[in-house]
Amino acid sequence: MATDPNGIAEPSALSLTGASKTFGPVIALADGTIDIRPGEIHALVGENGAGKSTLVKILAGVHQPDGGEFLVAGEPVSFRTPADSKAAGISVIYQEPTLFPDLTVAENIFIGRQPRNRAGLINRAEMRRQARALFERLGVPIDPDRVAEGLSIADQQIIEIAKAISLDAKVLVMDEPTAALSGVEVDRLFGVARSLRERGAGILFISHRFEEVFALCDRITVMRDGRYISTHVTAEVTVDAIVREMVGRSIDALFPKSEAPIGDTVLRVEGLGRAGVFRGIDFEVKAGEIVALSGLVGAGRTEVARAVFGIDKYDEGAVTLGGKALKPHSPQAAIDAGIGFVPEDRRKQGLVMDLSVAKNATLTLRKQLARFGLINGRTERRVAEDWSKRLQVKTGSQDYAVSTLSGGNQQKVVIAKWLATEPKLLIVDEPTRGIDVGTKSEVHRLISDLAGRGIAILMISSELPEVLGMADRVLVMHEGRITAEIPRERATAERVMHAATASVNLTTEGSAA
Amino acid sequence: MTTTTVQSEKPGPAAHDKRNPVAAFFRQREIPVAAALVALVLITFAINPLFLSPQSVKDLLLNATIMIILAVGQALVIITRNVDLSIGSIVGLVAFGTGSLFNIAPGMPIPLVFLIGIVFGGLLGAVNGLLVTLAKVPALVITLGTMYIYRGILSTWAGSKQYFSGDNPKEFGNLSVDTFFGFPIITIMAVVVVVIVAIVLGLRRGGRDLYAIGSDPDAAKLFGIPTGRRVMAAFIACGALTGLAGILYASRYNSVGALTGSGLELDVVAAVVVGGVAIFGGSGTVVGAAIGAVLLSTITSSLTATRVDKFWQQAIVGVLILAAIVIDRVVSIRNTRKLRVSEARDV
Repeated sequence: MATDPNGIAEPSALSLTGASKTFGPVIALADGTIDIRPGEIHALVGENGAGKSTLVKILAGVHQPDGGEFLVAGEPVSFRTPADSKAAGISVIYQEPTLFPDLTVAENIFIGRQPRNRAGLINRAEMRRQARALFERLGVPIDPDRVAEGLSIADQQIIEIAKAISLDAKVLVMDEPTAALSGVEVDRLFGVARSLRERGAGILFISHRFEEVFALCDRITVMRDGRYISTHVTAEVTVDAIVREMVGRSIDALFPKSEAPIGDTVLRVEGLGRAGVFRGIDFEVKAGEIVALSGLVGAGRTEVARAVFGIDKYDEGAVTLGGKALKPHSPQAAIDAGIGFVPEDRRKQGLVMDLSVAKNATLTLRKQLARFGLINGRTERRVAEDWSKRLQVKTGSQDYAVSTLSGGNQQKVVIAKWLATEPKLLIVDEPTRGIDVGTKSEVHRLISDLAGRGIAILMISSELPEVLGMADRVLVMHEGRITAEIPRERATAERVMHAATASVNLTTEGSAA
Repeated sequence: MTTTTVQSEKPGPAAHDKRNPVAAFFRQREIPVAAALVALVLITFAINPLFLSPQSVKDLLLNATIMIILAVGQALVIITRNVDLSIGSIVGLVAFGTGSLFNIAPGMPIPLVFLIGIVFGGLLGAVNGLLVTLAKVPALVITLGTMYIYRGILSTWAGSKQYFSGDNPKEFGNLSVDTFFGFPIITIMAVVVVVIVAIVLGLRRGGRDLYAIGSDPDAAKLFGIPTGRRVMAAFIACGALTGLAGILYASRYNSVGALTGSGLELDVVAAVVVGGVAIFGGSGTVVGAAIGAVLLSTITSSLTATRVDKFWQQAIVGVLILAAIVIDRVVSIRNTRKLRVSEARDV
């Protein structure tokens, strides 16, 4: 129960108990529980995929919970649309603010409820005046007449907050509002949040940064694997205790990495940097080694991988493969040099969903398979069958559209596609995302086998058990920098999590200097 | 501490915030089109002074009238990030329907004919709106389909039959001949339409919602704007205005038949885009769309008045459309960049 022993008579501003939500076979939220009192700032913390976003979307009326109890100011509610949630006094500020770029700032605040004159027409002068008054109250100089397009994320959030104030929101939900802000902007946001608290609003603050959570929030609720774990008064708890609750699961032998002889350095990345995204990235991956790139979503892991593979540009630093400098910003050069890239979103970036298994598996081989510019269908199928057998892709026929396969088998087709080019280095980004538990271990075994055959593997993963179970070394990124390099023997969930949130200066084991 | 990447903060971005009414006026998206229109008229007048004779001006206005009404309706739909390609067929159906109506009941009061035509157009627009909002298929595809369906219905209905202006009551034909203080009556109707729609779009909450929807449809849904209802309303309004244009077509032109109005849709979309309404929705005004319609219909007359080969006329219209789009993009990219520079911050 969300009631507090030394509780206040006043009902909670918002209280959600045991909410659940499933999408097909995927359980996004098993037990969503949160209790926000008027006049408090309440933090919600948890790993990636703990169910925070789903919970927020239930509060916002975007998703309808399958079960559970939902009270606002003591009254049961059930929202069918975001408009219902807003009418109940809940305002949600998403990580990426949702403003209308073509409309003016004032109109963005008041759309749908602009002040009107007696004729029922919008009173623009009054609207501008009210907007200006709001910004004065918030202490920010934003011109109400400019269009929203081109505003910084920080200013966009201020506009969202102004909107919430003008709606007289009783509950303000902020989903990782500080992720894209600089220090000054964070301070400004906190000032606004505190003044809203004084006015009696309940604020739900979602953040990965513990220093912010501890500086700002009155209570902290921890979620893990779609479940409510605990709620603490901030003053009575430590960062360590919270981290333990966030990761708190035993890492079983689900993901066995077989020992493989480690060979020469295959990939070396030196001083790689891209303005505003990442900088000072140094690391290497040796033949037969699995190096995990860990960290929270948005830490810059995928961006580093994309820069190495040549999809994105980088401003400084160098990438060498097998001792030879790799031409920047050229995926073709990367492929020719022997790099394979299994992207995060296999449906959009890794596969052509409507093409057959055979065609997908041989996409990277079109040149070798073609004679006189035409691809021989029979050879194509033969090569694809060969790979399917080796990777144990389960499909009725090589001619079926790849979209008919399960997630795990789709991933195998993507890997097959790259293996056919005989890569020296394989980059795998979130290799098991959206794959059921059974097939997950097959994908892991496959990656482990590849390392055993002397391929260097760079694995990006948000799943701690996967990182800890598979990696020979773990590199942890936080806000665009590598904050720790931890060898397999010393890698624990707590160490990785600390480095990923950079809340404590953990002694970084031989950190990339 | 980020001492290494301190960026020099340029002083004085506040200069942008200063509201200068004159500068603001010239930053309106309609200004370039209006300027082009004025330039076009002046240049043509210099070459051929007959271009601005009273009779010629009256013809210019009459030619532009139907385009103006169609452009206003189309602008409503385009602002919501949709498009209606079936309007040419709707014009044909309503114009031919008007002819048959007078054929069946010659004594029918003219206001009633207008009402029937507008409601008929609105219904055809409602079919478009329903399909777009329910089927969740892009409007381009849906209205391309209804364009052919409506045209097919008209062909079956009309066959080889045509109604001539002589078959209609005289007062009906006079609508597009008579003037009021020198302005043709139907042109005054078009101006009234522009003013009313401009007020609804600019100063009614529902009208502003259309911009929000076109600006970011997902955000509009998250925000709780009834997007389906609003888009539906835009299509109905477009259909009704197109119905009005269809009636005026029957009044203005000599004959209506199975082919009436075909090909109009692209001219109208062109006029709307030239008039500064962004093809991806979210910005532009019906005043701009109306000026775009006048500009396009004036170009044809002015090229004829200056004896430019007919073949070139279409090419020039094409260049104008591309110029409008390029200018729009360049301006918006420049604005965005200007707005971002003042907010550069160290990361």
